[in-house]
Amino acid sequence: MLIARVIGELVATEKHPSHEGRKLLLVQPLNLDGSDRGQAVVALDAVDAGVGDKVLLATDGFSAMTAVGRPHSPIDMAVIGFIDHVDLLPGVS
Amino acid sequence: MILARVVGTVVATRKDPRLEGKTLLILKPISPEGNDEAGYVVAVDTVSAGFRERVIAVSGSSARMAEGCKDTPVDTAIVGIVDEVQLD
Amino acid sequence: MYLGRVVGRVWSTVKDENLRGQRFLIVQPVTPGLESAGRRLICTDSTGAGTGELVYWVRGREASFPFHPAEPPTDTTIVGIVDSVHLGKNLLAGGPG
Repeated sequence: MLIARVIGELVATEKHPSHEGRKLLLVQPLNLDGSDRGQAVVALDAVDAGVGDKVLLATDGFSAMTAVGRPHSPIDMAVIGFIDHVDLLPGVS
Repeated sequence: MILARVVGTVVATRKDPRLEGKTLLILKPISPEGNDEAGYVVAVDTVSAGFRERVIAVSGSSARMAEGCKDTPVDTAIVGIVDEVQLD
Repeated sequence: MYLGRVVGRVWSTVKDENLRGQRFLIVQPVTPGLESAGRRLICTDSTGAGTGELVYWVRGREASFPFHPAEPPTDTTIVGIVDSVHLGKNLLAGGPG
């Protein structure tokens, strides 16, 4: 799982049926220092997150499908929680 | 999946028994225009691809869904030979 | 899943039996700002997407699940056609905040 920030939403009418009824979020994975970690990705929303929220991003298919309750679906990423804060040992980033 | 060109073969006598009888080819990733890209990968051939042919290769656990690769320690498989590429 | 744009097509006659009937589309990954980013790749398609369309695609074993119970050996499948992208202010990569 990764720490990430929701930066946008997608609207898609034509999509796989397993994606119906869930928000499609554009999510930017973050490093521990808060900088961007690679490219933004598209994730299904399991917790009703919105733009600006700092969230927990599952990047494994099984976890993502389980979180949105859609087994055997083409889902590889999902937002599965809100991050309140992160505690780090001194010097770790 | 990626586009690639067959640039070599790998001969491995001692290998996982589940790889017995499988052809291992060296692939160079290419752009849709046919230019070589960085890196290489060793792939199991499931479609009888030949030298210099352009192919489609699949990676990860999906590679084990290729013909004859179920339950084998395979992470890249050639699953198609390219006839034509169209770029718009 | 990842954002991308369909930029072409690949035809293959000799292929894995379980890929019969699949369309192969060339997809250019794009950023949320819709700029090209990284290598183009080949995707199977479960949406009927066409050239020029903005799509999102799934990678890994999950890529075969739109065709369940069939198991075509694909690791990248287009699973949605994007109508629009709504970005939060100042939240794009490189922007403040």
